[in-house]
Amino acid sequence: MKIAVCIKRVPDMDVRFRIGADNVSVDEAGLKFDINDFDVWAVEAALKLKDKNAGSEVTVISLGPDVVQETIRKALSMGADRGIQLKADKIPADGFPIAKALSEELKTGSYDLILFGKMAPDSSAGVVGPMTAEFLNLPCVTAISSLEIADGKGTAKRELEGAQEIVEFPLPAVLTADEGLNAARLPSLKGIMAAKKKPLEVKPAQLPPAQLVVRKLELPPERKAGRIVGEGAAAVPELIKLLQTEAKVL
Amino acid sequence: MANVFAFVESRGTDVRKVGLEAVTAARMLADKSGGGEVHALVIGPPGIAAKAAQIGQYGADVVVVVEHAALTNYSPDVATATAVERIKSGGYRAAVFSTSAQGRDLSPRVAARLGVSVVTDVLSFEIDGDSIVVRHPMNIGKVIATIAIAGKPAVIAMRPNVIAPAQNAKAGRVENAQPAIDPASARVKVIETKVGGGGKLDLAEAPVVIAGGRGLKAAENFKLVEDLASAFGNAAVGATRAVTDDGWRPHSDQIGQTGRLVSPELYIAVGISGAVQHLAGMRTSKTIVAVNKDKDAPIFKVADYGIVGDVFEVIPALTEAVREAKKHH
Repeated sequence: MKIAVCIKRVPDMDVRFRIGADNVSVDEAGLKFDINDFDVWAVEAALKLKDKNAGSEVTVISLGPDVVQETIRKALSMGADRGIQLKADKIPADGFPIAKALSEELKTGSYDLILFGKMAPDSSAGVVGPMTAEFLNLPCVTAISSLEIADGKGTAKRELEGAQEIVEFPLPAVLTADEGLNAARLPSLKGIMAAKKKPLEVKPAQLPPAQLVVRKLELPPERKAGRIVGEGAAAVPELIKLLQTEAKVL
Repeated sequence: MANVFAFVESRGTDVRKVGLEAVTAARMLADKSGGGEVHALVIGPPGIAAKAAQIGQYGADVVVVVEHAALTNYSPDVATATAVERIKSGGYRAAVFSTSAQGRDLSPRVAARLGVSVVTDVLSFEIDGDSIVVRHPMNIGKVIATIAIAGKPAVIAMRPNVIAPAQNAKAGRVENAQPAIDPASARVKVIETKVGGGGKLDLAEAPVVIAGGRGLKAAENFKLVEDLASAFGNAAVGATRAVTDDGWRPHSDQIGQTGRLVSPELYIAVGISGAVQHLAGMRTSKTIVAVNKDKDAPIFKVADYGIVGDVFEVIPALTEAVREAKKHH
């Protein structure tokens, strides 16, 4: 099987973000970056298929400036075979041009399967996978939490609000990975060494103009300082009173 | 004056609350742009047409009903093709979807086929001259972006629970239509929708969410949380990632960065310390209550009201008190 996995370099979310001087970007000073968690599950899904199907090849693709090569190497160290950087000054805030640029590259690769993470935490949009599928005119199943491929056909499970869907699709197809799809392997030392020698091709990203314009970024208003109503069950009557008279939710 | 399209999400023959929220949002957009019409599309199996009047009540001037025996389950290919066909022929200023599992699947496909961008998880919107300007949370809600949409139509997917479905009765003139492609020709086929826990309220739609964490100590102690939820009567039960990773609750119950995002009227955190990953999923709740034995737990920093104490003592007392309070209503 020929499998492509599209991955994104994202900042660690466990920090207090600062808005940049331009008011439309996040200040990146001091932020730690790594591959998006959902993309790690997509890479793992590809590697599991490679383990099962001898002769398979896994290509990882990332769009962005040269620092994304680090992110690509991480996926290569897990076991992917080769990488492609679609070089751009920065990663656009609009998923449409990203999906266009990715689809231009992907259509040259005759892949059996194209995998994405279901969303990235920084943009919190989750649109690049399904948009890319449309540009390639391929079947697409988003946010899958299980996957089986046999005889050129796939079956996947999707978690909905209070329900699950069982979905069948033909190959080639585009899939996006949700949590629960698998437990991803960690890169081994051998994998890390091998990754340094794996091919990583750099091509210019063919990005059309963005249609979304970020006018400003701001930090959300802090929640009003709360209060400790009391200790133990003795505090329950006071809490009930506050929920009735102050919060008016009971 | 401009007309606005709304996609009304359904499951089986039921219209979902997020579907009515989309109609309400479309009505607001149409009114803000000088009073255009709202055209709502609903797709489903035989029986869905009976819901058209309800959709009209929430502000749709026209309800386009696509009823087909093969559409008991969501069909991404049919829904995409049918929505695209309608939006293209209608010349709409905007098209409104929901940021649900279905809307996240559908809205980017529709936008791509229309050749425009999409903004998901929209918190609010306004019209500014030629642009529709929306607010969208980034970085797991730690940054809020204000985004101007240049493309037409502006395709947006509303975050559940940010706009209450509002009755605003319009004609609700029904147009029956056919699916834009034969459902049998769809490439992706949902062969089954397994609805869990018969009739339980969904996390994203429930006005009250009670969530449990490691402080409950064992899977069976979630009964305390469930009892409190049933005392409210309008509550859904959620959990932290630690709890779903341990298999105490299904993954679909997880609230947080990699799980569900909820913004209920009331959120009660039971034995939850308040990890960043969890706060990302619930910090926009209107009122937050936390019960935890550790007075320094980070959850108390976001909670409006906190009780420091043993959940095994406090929650049964709270359940009893809520039951009493509900009786007197």
